[in-house]
Amino acid sequence: MKTLFLFLLSMLVLPGAWAQGKYSTRTGLISFFSGTPIEDIEARSTQAAGVLDATTGQVAFSVPMKSFVFRRTLMQEHFNENYVESDKYPKATFAGTIVGFQPGPLAAGGAQSVQVEGDLTIHGVKRRVKVPGRLERQNNRLLIKSTFTVAPADYNIEIPALVRDNIAKSVAVTVNFACEPATPPQTSFSR
Amino acid sequence: MSRFHCFLLASLGAVAGLSTTPTQAQDNLLRELETTTDSTRRAAPDLVQATFKGTHIINAQSVETPGEGTLLFLIQHRFGTLNSGAYNFFGLDQAVLRLSFEYGLTDRLTAGLGRSSQDKTFDGFLKYKALRQSTGAHAMPVSVTLLTSAALTALRFREPERTPRTRLAYTYQALIARKFSPALSVQLMPTLIHRNFVDTRRDQNDVYAMGAAFRQKLTKRLAFTADYFYLLPGATADDMRNALGLGVDIETGGHIFQLHFTNAQGMMEKLFVTQTTGNFFDGDIYFGFNVSRAFTVKSR
Repeated sequence: MKTLFLFLLSMLVLPGAWAQGKYSTRTGLISFFSGTPIEDIEARSTQAAGVLDATTGQVAFSVPMKSFVFRRTLMQEHFNENYVESDKYPKATFAGTIVGFQPGPLAAGGAQSVQVEGDLTIHGVKRRVKVPGRLERQNNRLLIKSTFTVAPADYNIEIPALVRDNIAKSVAVTVNFACEPATPPQTSFSR
Repeated sequence: MSRFHCFLLASLGAVAGLSTTPTQAQDNLLRELETTTDSTRRAAPDLVQATFKGTHIINAQSVETPGEGTLLFLIQHRFGTLNSGAYNFFGLDQAVLRLSFEYGLTDRLTAGLGRSSQDKTFDGFLKYKALRQSTGAHAMPVSVTLLTSAALTALRFREPERTPRTRLAYTYQALIARKFSPALSVQLMPTLIHRNFVDTRRDQNDVYAMGAAFRQKLTKRLAFTADYFYLLPGATADDMRNALGLGVDIETGGHIFQLHFTNAQGMMEKLFVTQTTGNFFDGDIYFGFNVSRAFTVKSR
């Protein structure tokens, strides 16, 4: 009860411009990198949709697999057709919660490192993951950054023997979102 | 509403928030995100990819192009006929070849150059993706790629020597394809071939043909393919045969190997549409393959 009181108190002292509620983007950047001695594979999407509920510390994102752009057109085709099967599984999603979320430091500004725990779904396979992230308030925007690794084998992504040495066992994923306050402003009691 | 009331409502909301489990809440948030973004995304058409695996099906070209900045080196090969007997090792002793380069100037426009050993033919072509099949709002049901090519034979002619103009033939083709499912794609190919010079008065300068092709995937990396050209009635249809090809596409991860059996030995439109003589069902079948290698000239 005491923490709840403190939490409510902290809401009172918020600067006017910093609204609680949801922050979202539709142009979030997600990129991944697979490095092997044979070749480096890199792809990026700027069509990820992301949302962070600054009241509860819940985070979600969703990215269309076909929006990933590769340096080579053929790689992009193989990625969609053979590896992630975009027709069958069009999106990768994440739904999670910031561990021990405190809205206070976020409102006060400045960057903070957080751990996010949640379900990552790729290629139709859902897995519980815990990834590090960084939150930063910049004026009225909320910057979310995270780098973590994903093993294709964990998500039943089959890699043929012939190209096994060309694709890394663990792929580095980078998430970079600049979220604006969602309009109309939604608060937790709207649910 | 006073500031106090807002405060009270917010605190009530916070308490209400605690009553749902975190997993439920996070899934709700994701669902909410997906419903709002899906409604806006549906407005943007989603292009259908990889109707065919290669820029060629067997003999025919497909609606596919290499894409901007990609240079494709294509090796097409046909051995001799299967019915040529053990002396010719069932055709493997002989071979005709077409080597070509295709370069994607844009994602839609491609220019290509080729050289066939049959009739020592050089060819140049332009291929443009006029329509692209898509899903979503204002979906396009088919892909249409327009193909035009010029073929020049470099054979030596004596008595009389032939002028460059008489050595030329042109192809105009519309490739109309639809990917019905991830496994099945079908293509239709109305074709006109104009030959500047023909041997006899009876021969046609303009030859019309209708082509059809399909690709059926058997597994993720193996597909069955076929293409066929029907010559419209005329002198050419009387003298020549319709080109038929049956084959498989094998995908190895980086490359695609196309192995096939066909009654046509030529590997560009003018040669296989108007100059096919083999009778498929009599064993005049050429075993052959297409292999391509893609080079990224300009990365995106």
